[in-house]
Amino acid sequence: MLQLIARRILETIPVLVLVATITFFMMKAVPGGPLDTEKNIPQEIKVQIEAFYGLDQPLWKQYASYMGNLLRGDLGPSFKHANRSVNELIAAALPVSLELGGIALCVALLVGIPLGIAAAVRQNTWIDYLASTTAMAGICLPTFVMGPLLVLVFALHFEQFNASGWDFARDRVLPALTLGLVYAGYIARLTRGGMLEVLNQDFIRTARAKGASETRVVFRHALRGGLLPVVSFLGPGIAGILTGSFVIETIFNIPGLGRHFVTSVFNRDATLTIGTALFYAALVVALNLAADIAQAMLNPKQRAN
Amino acid sequence: MRYRTNRWSIRVLMSAALAGFVLVAGCSKPPTRVGEGNRLQILHKGNKSDPQELDPHIVQGVPEHHILQALIENLVTEDPTDLHPVPGQAERWDISPDGTVYTFHLRAGIRWSNGDPVTAHDFVRSYRRALTPSLGCEYAYMYFVMKGAEDYYKGKTQDFSSVGAQALDERTLRITLNGPVPYFLSLLNHYSWWPVHLPTIARYGDPYQRNNRWTRPGNFVGNGPFVLARWDVGHVIVVKKNPLYWNAASVKLSEVRFYPIESIDTEERSFRSGQLHVTEEVPQSKIAVYRRDHPQLLRIDPYLGAYFYRINTTRPQFRDKRVRQALAMAIDRKTIVENVTRGGQLPAYYFTPPDTVGYTSRSAIRYDPEGARKLLAQAGYPGGKGFPPFDILYNTSESHKSVAEAIQQMWKRELGIDARLLNQEWKVYLDTEKRKDYDVSRAGWIGDYADPSTFLETFLADSGNNRTGWTNAEYDRLLKEASRLGDRQTRYELFQKAEAIFLDEMPVIPIYHYTRVYLLRPEVRGWNATILDHHPYPYVWLAPRPEASLATASAAAQRP
Amino acid sequence: MPVTATASPALAADAVEPGRSLWQDAWARLRRNRMAVIGGVVLIVLTALSLFGPLFLAYSYEEQNLALGAAPPSAAHLLGTDKLGRDQLARLLFGGRVSLLVGLAATSVSLTIGVLWGSIAGYAGGRLDAVMMRIVDILYALPFTIFVILLMTVFGRNFILLFVAIGAVEWLTMARIVRGQVLALKRQEFIEAAVALGLRKRRIVLRHVVPNVLGPVMVYTTLTIPAVMLLEAFLSFLGLGVQPPMSSWGLLIKEGAEQMEEAPWLLIYPAAVFAATLFSLNFLGDGLRDALDVRASKD
Repeated sequence: MLQLIARRILETIPVLVLVATITFFMMKAVPGGPLDTEKNIPQEIKVQIEAFYGLDQPLWKQYASYMGNLLRGDLGPSFKHANRSVNELIAAALPVSLELGGIALCVALLVGIPLGIAAAVRQNTWIDYLASTTAMAGICLPTFVMGPLLVLVFALHFEQFNASGWDFARDRVLPALTLGLVYAGYIARLTRGGMLEVLNQDFIRTARAKGASETRVVFRHALRGGLLPVVSFLGPGIAGILTGSFVIETIFNIPGLGRHFVTSVFNRDATLTIGTALFYAALVVALNLAADIAQAMLNPKQRAN
Repeated sequence: MRYRTNRWSIRVLMSAALAGFVLVAGCSKPPTRVGEGNRLQILHKGNKSDPQELDPHIVQGVPEHHILQALIENLVTEDPTDLHPVPGQAERWDISPDGTVYTFHLRAGIRWSNGDPVTAHDFVRSYRRALTPSLGCEYAYMYFVMKGAEDYYKGKTQDFSSVGAQALDERTLRITLNGPVPYFLSLLNHYSWWPVHLPTIARYGDPYQRNNRWTRPGNFVGNGPFVLARWDVGHVIVVKKNPLYWNAASVKLSEVRFYPIESIDTEERSFRSGQLHVTEEVPQSKIAVYRRDHPQLLRIDPYLGAYFYRINTTRPQFRDKRVRQALAMAIDRKTIVENVTRGGQLPAYYFTPPDTVGYTSRSAIRYDPEGARKLLAQAGYPGGKGFPPFDILYNTSESHKSVAEAIQQMWKRELGIDARLLNQEWKVYLDTEKRKDYDVSRAGWIGDYADPSTFLETFLADSGNNRTGWTNAEYDRLLKEASRLGDRQTRYELFQKAEAIFLDEMPVIPIYHYTRVYLLRPEVRGWNATILDHHPYPYVWLAPRPEASLATASAAAQRP
Repeated sequence: MPVTATASPALAADAVEPGRSLWQDAWARLRRNRMAVIGGVVLIVLTALSLFGPLFLAYSYEEQNLALGAAPPSAAHLLGTDKLGRDQLARLLFGGRVSLLVGLAATSVSLTIGVLWGSIAGYAGGRLDAVMMRIVDILYALPFTIFVILLMTVFGRNFILLFVAIGAVEWLTMARIVRGQVLALKRQEFIEAAVALGLRKRRIVLRHVVPNVLGPVMVYTTLTIPAVMLLEAFLSFLGLGVQPPMSSWGLLIKEGAEQMEEAPWLLIYPAAVFAATLFSLNFLGDGLRDALDVRASKD
């Protein structure tokens, strides 16, 4: 186990370097720069500003100095937010995303897994259809429909919540619900699928034949195997919840990482883009490792490996 | 197959749903932000996007202006009803008979927010900073009316004393211009001219370079009615009343909070849920609804801006001005503003917005599809036959898309011309336009100051904002002459001639003149309609009222 | 006693029961699953409507009627009009073409790459597995938006290529899931038997591993097509997707969501059709999974 973890951490470093490099050159390849504005900037001024940010250096030099700073943990200054560093921006947005993502994840698991189990255990009954349909609702209503819909009903009609913002505890409810219900849908489907796979296996039949109660069969034997696809999905899924919630953050005006991830590209804010990409990459690697460990623990056959 | 009707699970489901509903419907309403704001005189404003910076010599956007207006005051400030220059940091000024020398007398006892006195030297030092090339002040050209400013900026001299800004003593500032500029005082209301406290900037780094931390809350020093209290990126910017402001006694607001809400739908919902007093915009589809149901909440103010299509005159099919005129004449502008944009905009039959400080163009375009067809035929494309298909370039936005689609249809129907729509992301669009890699491109221009020259000078041959490839020597000559004259009458006559040439040549197709459409709660007082959308905060206040939902407010407003 | 050559007729009949292949078996099971059949039918109907419907319509999807604006359903416009006066029914059917095409194209790409990649990685194990999955990790961490903007700039209006690009991103999760399944499968006896028999690795992967991972792959595919369609809506939201006057269901839903209070018909119909498609895909996918499950009892 420890060997696995150590090996993964070592493998992460080249991954991060590669991510930074690819993103760096992609940002340079795309038309438009951070200083482009509708009103024309006279050439002399442009030259000055570019000199300040080092944009007038040859490409390899820019890359080298960027990577040098990176090794010291300095992600550079942001272009769009002219007096903040990328480190600061990510540090400020991270706790917000963690909170939003954490609550959404809880919602997703608490709603999704039970729905999936119920659907699998009562396969092809009305319970299955109800649970499956409810799960589907989370998947087939895009967040930019669900979010405003929830706001319309609970914030504007019942006047129980604010339509946007992140100041009070109440403000967490609607965004986390919107985000969570989508993932709940996926999780429910995967749980159902995984459990059905397991429930049809021989050892389940054996357990039943031995007289084990249905509850025992489901929760002690089948669930473990049924959660396998969920765990596989959760690795990237969590990373997605934590950083990819651009739409939610836009609809509810939440100062999280998801917005930086997208708007930095539109602003051609290269340093911020690479910063968020690196953060996301590190997160994905860490979560994949956790998912693999969990999978190994859940799958007795693989543990022997 | 085992099957049990699980009554228990049904019961759980039903009771959960019931509990949820009761909880939600029965709870009392939590207090709203505007309710609290009304009591404490805190104004909550939607401010579209996060400011790039809060340094007046570096920024170039509108959201930045809304905030800076609270933090810094210049020699003059704006009258709240029509924005004409009124005494600010200067209590009075003398203008020489030939209109080239302005002598400002600063008030006694004016201070920066850290207690230091505001002196004429501060202004001179600020101008020097703005004109230092290494800072990269994008609006440096606003200073070029001042003697020696352009030379200093372009590095022709290192000696700032050659520039026409002199501190005669602590309280007297003399500015010498190249020639008479009748709108000079209005020019001073542009933030590029605003003073900064150099000793503070020097504390946090090189005052002549960017990325200086002096604009952080706690570091920021200004001389305006408010000070910077908080700046959380993407969340909120809070400014609090400045007790050291010379006119603090008449400032009624205690705080202003700016929320950078990018999505206009989110902003509108926030307004409805009582989180904002005033928004920056209104979603297009909701304008008619507000007009019908809550007209007292909707504001449609005239704005000094033009929406037009640039034509790339270097493309072969657009070289002939008859083609350009035909395209312009085939557009039904009335239908566009009434049925597409629906925001009370004015159809534009000339370029400079009407009544810009008393100037309205006498030349105009007509809506004349028949005439357009004749012109097109004369140019060699009868019925649009043989006219190569081209792209209408616009940046991603619902409204640009709708307008472009409408115009695409009009050109097809009236002229038989095939225009395709090309939607590009903002930066890509800017890049494409600058490289003149477009056929027809949607554009907008907002006036920097209150004078027609801010529009017409955009299309001088050497203007970086031209981007159409069109030049005209006579046009340039007329405008340059106008910039040397002091008399408004004569200048405006020159502008009329220039605009006549412009409309005849038609390098751009004016479509409509902007309005500012936004939502404003009835308790906000002193928020007047002004053409530059400036609302000086010392004159704004909140009428305290018992907290009411918008429904009650509109009912109350409609009572006779 | 002499052994007679012919056995009794009854026994002979038993012994020569016509055999059924795995696929025939699956098809029979699928046909019995009512919800899956309904799903399949709905899908076929919607596809047919989208493909051929626009030919029978009174209005084209791009005809504007500015004076009319957004009007509720009426005799002239069965599903109402949008804010430029375009017939919603026409836009809906035409949008169906776009959305279904997008879903198909991206998902096919994703399916092909993902299954092969995951199977090979999972089965091979060791070094190759590690390298292949590290590549997946890197690709996962790339900012997708930049990638798409870059493509839009290079390929311009060719949106089909764009959605192939989306498919090329979606395969990542598919590969992970397949690999997980293959890892579990590797230890099954019949795989060990195949190895013992000396079958070539490629044959084992293609003929034994792949068909057995089809279960979760089917389920995940039915989650991928809607994901792709939602992704297309997200891109339209950002302005990088389908260009006007073309429409897609995603674009229609987005426009409808913005006007859901003033013009609910603009949201209801596209959302309903979208949901119907997704539900159908799901039930069909479930049915396929149940039908293909090798371990489910035949009775």
